[in-house]
Amino acid sequence: MDFLVIQFLNGLASASALFLVACGLSIIFGVMRIVNFAHGSFYMLGAYIAYTLAGPLMDWMPGGFWLALPLAALAVAMIGALVEITLLRRIYRSPELFQLLATFGIVLIVQDLVLILWGPQDRLGPRAPGLEGAVNILGSPFPAYDLLLIGLGPLVLLGLTLLFRRTRWGVRVRAATQDREMVEALGIRQDRLFTAVFILGAFLAGLGGAVQLPRAAVHHAMDLEIIVETFVVVVVGGLGSVAGAYLAAVLLGVLNAFGIVVFPQISLVLAFLVMAVVLVVRPLGLLGRPEAASRSTTGLWDTPIRPMARGRRDIVFVLALVLAVLPVFAGSYLLTVFSEVMIFALFACSLHFLMGVGGMGSFGHAAYFGLGAYGAALAMTQLGLPMEAAAFAGPVLAAAGALVFGWFCVRLTGVYLAMLTLAFAQITWAIAFQWDSVTGGDNGILGVWPSAWATSAAAFYYLTLLVAGGGILLLRQFVFAPFGMGLRACRDSPLRADAIGIDRAAHQRLAFVVAGAFAGIAGSLYAFLKGSVFPDVLAIPLSVDGLVMVLLGGLQTLTGPVVGAAVYKVMRVFLASWTDYWRLIIGIVIIALVVAFPRGIVGYIQQRIAPLLDRPEGDQPKAGPP
Amino acid sequence: MSLLSVRGLRKSFGGIEAVAGVDFDLEPGELLALIGPNGAGKSTCFNMLNGQLRPDGGSIAFDGQPITGLPPRVVWRRGVGRTFQVTATFLSMTVLQNVQTALLSFHGRLRSFRPWSSRLYLDEAFALLELVGMAEQGDRLCSVLAYGDLKRVELAIALANAPKLLLMDEPTAGMAPAERIELMRLASEIAHERRIGILFTEHDMDVVFAHAARVMVLDRGRLIAVGTPRQVRGDAQVRAVYLGS
Repeated sequence: MDFLVIQFLNGLASASALFLVACGLSIIFGVMRIVNFAHGSFYMLGAYIAYTLAGPLMDWMPGGFWLALPLAALAVAMIGALVEITLLRRIYRSPELFQLLATFGIVLIVQDLVLILWGPQDRLGPRAPGLEGAVNILGSPFPAYDLLLIGLGPLVLLGLTLLFRRTRWGVRVRAATQDREMVEALGIRQDRLFTAVFILGAFLAGLGGAVQLPRAAVHHAMDLEIIVETFVVVVVGGLGSVAGAYLAAVLLGVLNAFGIVVFPQISLVLAFLVMAVVLVVRPLGLLGRPEAASRSTTGLWDTPIRPMARGRRDIVFVLALVLAVLPVFAGSYLLTVFSEVMIFALFACSLHFLMGVGGMGSFGHAAYFGLGAYGAALAMTQLGLPMEAAAFAGPVLAAAGALVFGWFCVRLTGVYLAMLTLAFAQITWAIAFQWDSVTGGDNGILGVWPSAWATSAAAFYYLTLLVAGGGILLLRQFVFAPFGMGLRACRDSPLRADAIGIDRAAHQRLAFVVAGAFAGIAGSLYAFLKGSVFPDVLAIPLSVDGLVMVLLGGLQTLTGPVVGAAVYKVMRVFLASWTDYWRLIIGIVIIALVVAFPRGIVGYIQQRIAPLLDRPEGDQPKAGPP
Repeated sequence: MSLLSVRGLRKSFGGIEAVAGVDFDLEPGELLALIGPNGAGKSTCFNMLNGQLRPDGGSIAFDGQPITGLPPRVVWRRGVGRTFQVTATFLSMTVLQNVQTALLSFHGRLRSFRPWSSRLYLDEAFALLELVGMAEQGDRLCSVLAYGDLKRVELAIALANAPKLLLMDEPTAGMAPAERIELMRLASEIAHERRIGILFTEHDMDVVFAHAARVMVLDRGRLIAVGTPRQVRGDAQVRAVYLGS
C-alpha cells in the first residue's frame, strides 16, 4: 500500500514539470496555431541557465538558489521573445509543416549552442537548500523537494486559470484562440498578443527545466526527451487546453511511475499506447475542442504535377549515364557516399509520396526506414537468411508497420496526424531500444554484411543504383497512375473525393503501405551498406532529415526529393568533416529555407528560372510563396 | 414509383431543429427547386440527401431503395450526382483530369498502379466537357478558372457516374446573370434528354421561376408550400416569409 502511494507521489512530481512544459506548448498552439518543436529546447535552456546562476547566486546571498530558478525562467522568456520577433513572425502565414520544421531548426541550433557553452558532460546542480532531506510518508522516505513540485503543478494551473478568466489580457487571449481575424478587426494588436503569449509559454518551459535542477542531472539530450513526452501530453489532453494538459500530465506521469516498476521492458511504449488509444476514442484529445477558425492552407497544392518536359528528361538521362560509369573514376569512399545519397533519395521520395502527393505530413517516417533496416538485419542474424532473401524481409516488415500505423493515422489530419506519426515512430524506436534480447538495444545488430558478390564498394553501388533508382522511378509512375490521381483527389478536396465515390480512408491507408514499403527498401539497403543497425535509424533526427530533404527539394515537385536528398546528404557529409557543429549550420539552413524558399530548390527553379528559358506552356500557377 | 421519396426527414443541431419533418417526391426528368430564406435548412436537407449528414429521423428512398444514413460515396454509386454551393474540385489537376478521375472512380479503376491506365476514359471525359461547353479549356488548371467555368466543370464531374438524380446546391451562385440562364438551360436540357431528376436550391428567383417544374419553400425547417411556380408565387404565406411583400 505504502509502495503504491510513494509511486503515485513520484508520478505526480514528474507530472508537474511535464505540465509546465506542456501547458506552455498548448497555450502557444491555441493562440498562434504553431506547434513549437523548440519548446523542449526552452526547457533544456532553463535547466542549464539555472545551473549556471545557482552557484554564484548562492554564494552571494542565502536564498540565492530560490532566486536562480525564476531568473532562469525569465532569461528563457527573453530568448523566447527573440525567437518570436525575429523568426516566427515571418512565418505565421506558412503551412503548418513549415512552421514545425522552422522550430526544429531552432532545436538544432540550441543543441549546438548548449554544446559550445556548457560542453558535452552532464551537469549536476546543487540540492535545494532547506529541502535536501526526505519526508516520512507512511513509513517510506520521500524527497521533500518533490512535495514542493507536486504543489507547483496545481498552483500554476490555478494561476493560469485566473489569468485567462479574470484578467483583460486573458480574455483577449481566449478571444484570439477562437477567432484571430475578429480580434484583429477589433483593433487588438495581434503581433503584441502573440509575442506575449510566446513569452509566457517560453517562461513556463524555462521554469519547468529550472525546477528539475535539484532532481536530476542537466544534459544535452533533455530537449528531445521532454518534447516527445510533451507532444504526447498535449495531444492526449487536447491541443490548446490547459486543464487537459494537467490531466494528461498526471495520467502519464503516474502511469510512467508504475510502468517502470511493473513493465520495465516497455515503459517507454506505454505512454504512446495511451496516446494511440485516446486519439482513436477521442481524436481531439481528452478536453480538446474542434478548432474554431482553422487557417486555410490552400495555395500549397495549387501546383500540378506534370510529367517531365523533353529537355529535362535529357538532363536526367545524362545524369543516369554519369552515375552508371561513376565506378570507373571514383574511389570506394566516394561510391559509398553516392550509395548513401541514393538510399536517402528513395527514402525522401517515399516520404514525398505520402506528404506531397497524399497531403499527409508524416513526422515519423524513420519508423518505416528503421523497420526495413531491422527487418533485413533480423532476418539475416536470427533466421540465417542470405542477403538476397533478408532484403525482402525489410520492406515486408515496414509495410506491415505502415498498415497498422496508417490505420490510426488516416483518421486524423494536419498537426494531429503529424504528431501521431511521430508517436508511432517513437514506439518503434522504444521497442528497438528496450528489447535487448532481440534487437540488441543500444548496441544494435552487427554483422549485417552483403553477400560475397556485393561486398565491393562498386558492386554495392550498382546494386543500390538499380534498386533505389528503380524504386524512385516506380514511385514516380504510381503518382501518374490512377492510384496517384485518386490520392491527389483526396488531398485536394476530401469533400469532392467522397462525392465521387472514393473511399478516402482506404485509399490513404494503401498509400501508407506503399510509402512504408519503399522506405523499408531504403532502410534494408542502408543496413547492408553500413553492415549494422542501431536504434538511430528509427529516431526523430532521421525523420526530420527526411522532411528537410523533401522541403529542401520542393514539396510540389517530383524531382524535388531526389535533389533535396542529394544536396542535404552531401552538405551533411561535407559539414561533418569540416566542423563538429554541423547541427548549427543545418538549423540555420532549415530556417533560411522556410523563410526565404518555401518552394524548395526545384520549386524555385521551376518558378523563377525555368520560365526564363522556356516558352510558356499552358497556365503557370500563381507566383509567390503559399 | 418516384425517383426520390423523402418522408419525415429531421435533423437538429444542439436543440435547434434545422430540418423538422420534410416530405416530398421527385420524378425522373423533373426539375424541382428548393427555396427558402437563409438558415431555412436547405443545405442541411441537401447534406442529408447525399449522405454527408446522418438524419435524426425519417427516411430517404432512391429508386425504390432506402439510402438513409449511407455515406456519400455509397449514395454516389447508386446514381446520385452532386454539386456544391462552394465548388469542390481538384485544384492541382486540369479540367480534363478532374472529370477523368471521377470516371476512373466510376469504373472502379482508381486502385490501378499502372501508369498507362491514366490514359483511360479520356474520350468520355472530353465528351462530358463538350456537353457543358468546357472542352476547349480541358488542359487548363482548375485553380486558374473563372468561377462560372468551375461551376460547369463541377456539373461535368457530377455527370460522370451517369446519375439518375442530380443534387445541385446553388448551382448559379457567384455567376454573372447571363451565365446563370445559360447554365440552368443546360441543366434542364440534360435533365430532359437523359431523364435525370434534378433537385436544386437557388437564391435567384428568376432562375427558379424560369426553370423549375415545381417549387418547394422551406422555412425554419418545414415545407410551407409546394407547387408550380405560379402557385407558389401566389401563396400568401410564402409572400409573407420570403418574397417579402
